Amino acid sequence: MTELFANPWFHWAFYTVLLISFALGAVMGLIYIERRGMGRMQSRLGPNRTGPFGLLQAVADAVKVLLKEDIVPANADKVVHWLAPIVAFVPVLLIFAVVPFMNGAMLADLNIGILYVFAIGSISSVGIFMAGWSSSNKYSLLGAMRDVASIVSYEIPLVLAIIGVVILAGSLSTNEIVKAQANIPFILLQPLGFIIFFAAACAEINRSPFDLLEADSELVAGFHTEYSGMKFAMFYLVEYAEALAMCAIISTIFLGGWQGPVLPPWLWFLVKTFGMFYVMVWTRTTFPRVRIDQLMALAWKFMLPLALINIVVTAIEVVIWPTPAGLPWVLIIVNFAVAGILIVTWSRLMKYGWGRVETTLR
Amino acid sequence: MGLAISFWILAAVAVIAALGVVLLNGVFRSALALVACFLMVAGLYITLSADFLAAVQVLVYVGAISVLIILAIMMTRNVQHGNPGNRFALPSLIIAILLLGIFVYAVTGTQWNISKIAPPDTTVATLADKLFASNGFVLPVEIAALMLLAAVIGAIVLARDK
Repeated sequence: MTELFANPWFHWAFYTVLLISFALGAVMGLIYIERRGMGRMQSRLGPNRTGPFGLLQAVADAVKVLLKEDIVPANADKVVHWLAPIVAFVPVLLIFAVVPFMNGAMLADLNIGILYVFAIGSISSVGIFMAGWSSSNKYSLLGAMRDVASIVSYEIPLVLAIIGVVILAGSLSTNEIVKAQANIPFILLQPLGFIIFFAAACAEINRSPFDLLEADSELVAGFHTEYSGMKFAMFYLVEYAEALAMCAIISTIFLGGWQGPVLPPWLWFLVKTFGMFYVMVWTRTTFPRVRIDQLMALAWKFMLPLALINIVVTAIEVVIWPTPAGLPWVLIIVNFAVAGILIVTWSRLMKYGWGRVETTLR
Repeated sequence: MGLAISFWILAAVAVIAALGVVLLNGVFRSALALVACFLMVAGLYITLSADFLAAVQVLVYVGAISVLIILAIMMTRNVQHGNPGNRFALPSLIIAILLLGIFVYAVTGTQWNISKIAPPDTTVATLADKLFASNGFVLPVEIAALMLLAAVIGAIVLARDK
């Protein structure tokens, strides 16, 4: 078996098939978790008729949407309209190439791994513009414009938040980052970085409360208003595949990836990934959608300065205790205290009159 | 062998995409062709073992600069009517051909230094040493950062309403 994996062609073919089937299969699971979880949190049942516990609802929906008629608007830019779902989908699938399922079990252990993730991930926004532009529909275009605004803003705190992790791990390779978390997962050493990354990731993949670009009450469905049938299914798939990719990246760089006691490594990885997605569902049902000015203010006035402070604090700690294994456990308490104080004081800055003036709706 | 094949495919697609930027009728499609061209150039960097440069090329040019170009296009009025031609087509063609000739002459006429050393496994650490070590280029990097900051502040001062 090991000789077979030493052959690069077999390695490539095996992991390509595995990753595509993992992405498609897990997306079905995510849709089920989201619909049932949201139902539970909103005191309703959620889909529970198709199959046992409604497990086959996602399959039934997939079949339904594949059989639907594909409608293209008369004024649409046909070529771009057709290409957009593919341009949005391919980069998301490529992210999984550097996600380690076990020690070294990944398509490519790139030494620029984490940088590759964000480089590739930024391409799928081009697909969203293509969709918004080519539909020749003002709501699609507005949705795409909002997407530009949020992606350009949130890319910065997203990348700055992982610099702390990279400083601690001393490597950009995702597998090396997981190995560096053998003793302490980085969520404990980087609580502030984790919170910033999680919020920025939710904004980057347009999940609620940052899903302004497809705000149903304002923009019909945003950039995919004019899409139907198979192409709509592609965008739906992209949405959940992006969420899956972000959860996999978060569990890799903050939660220790495949590391963990008792259970086999791949199971730990899956448990962490799906657990992260459950937190995303939780935030979705908990918070109301933000306004566009609040979205911008959160990125530029709140998350960007905190991410920069986080880098400085982490750099000082690493200079004092140079090896990751030599980091004392006291640092966990210190970092949590720093994160708490910074978040509380900085959020008071965002309030009217430093938080001392009582503001009421008039 | 595989490297040569991938180089020629990437180079051919890059040139076709670059031609598309100039010749396509819609501004938006030109921008998309520009994205394709940037991606092909990133691929060329990978064939040259410059993986960090390739990732940064995609992150900066495809992820940020193209997005801003597309944003600017979306803000443009009457862009649906396509890319109207004007009387500068012929002069610009002549200037472009002259420039291409000068470039080809200069590139083919230069004696390039070719290193026999195999490329390093990880370029990130080497680049960081070159840029930030005390005997590296730390001063130019800092000056560049300061100039970018000044440019950002200047842009804000120019753009905000009085």
